[in-house]
Amino acid sequence: MRALVFLLPGALFGAGLAISGMTNPAKVKGFLDLTGNWDPSLMLVMGGGLVAFALWNLLLQRRTQPILGGEKPAAPSREIDARLIAGAALFGVGWGLAGFCPGPALANLGVIRTEAVVFVPTMVAGMWIAQRFLGADRTSATNRSPDS
Amino acid sequence: MTITDFTPWSALLGGILIGTASAWALALNGKIPGISGLCSRILLVERDDTAWRVFFLTGLVGGAALLFRLIPDTAAFGMAPSLTLVVVAGFLVGIGTRVSGGCTSGHGICGIGRGSRRSIVATLVFMGTAIVTVYLMRHVL
Repeated sequence: MRALVFLLPGALFGAGLAISGMTNPAKVKGFLDLTGNWDPSLMLVMGGGLVAFALWNLLLQRRTQPILGGEKPAAPSREIDARLIAGAALFGVGWGLAGFCPGPALANLGVIRTEAVVFVPTMVAGMWIAQRFLGADRTSATNRSPDS
Repeated sequence: MTITDFTPWSALLGGILIGTASAWALALNGKIPGISGLCSRILLVERDDTAWRVFFLTGLVGGAALLFRLIPDTAAFGMAPSLTLVVVAGFLVGIGTRVSGGCTSGHGICGIGRGSRRSIVATLVFMGTAIVTVYLMRHVL
């Protein structure tokens, strides 16, 4: 039950999403709408998240092994292929349509927000289709380290 | 372009919490804690390491719910009323994130934070198509 410790970073992540405003699709769309009334806030969410992650990672990845044991993550792959581009393009269209990406959609589940209750199961269905028919999440087959 | 509704401090604080949580989760077991990956790999029941993913996501839902309660301003929410649109968007986000191997957190924060060329490209592409989508919906259609 050492896996219980993951409740902590999970809660910190969820609290961060809520504070940042990313759980509000209207705010997300305000950021994506460059030519309208632009709300630059999400640039700071992503920038702050990226810098904080990179700095902590510099410190924490000096260990020879993860804290709970196991193997350190493999170096990221450098291969740019059509799947990466096509998948990212589809994700962006979906993100723009509803203003939800996976984390914020999940974060809205706890307060039983109708939009999230509809969005999350269809998102999971899409993930299942990607795994079942499009070969997603089976990266060991291509000997590439998983992105996420 | 007119800048409105800018909330720099809460955005920065939220981002720092998200990045910190991601780096610590990665340091715990060596696995990239991208949200779309966490979510979809729970479906692969043949994998033996499902528990940490379930607990991380449970923590995420609980942490956000707690914040919405403690600071009611964070619970602000606005979305177009069309649930059909939400269904279409959900499918696209589910398929797209898994075919490209990550989402805003997996590629945008963890991937770029680890210097991944794939993640830089993916992030530029999904930001680009998201911006074009919002532009078409708000200013053209």
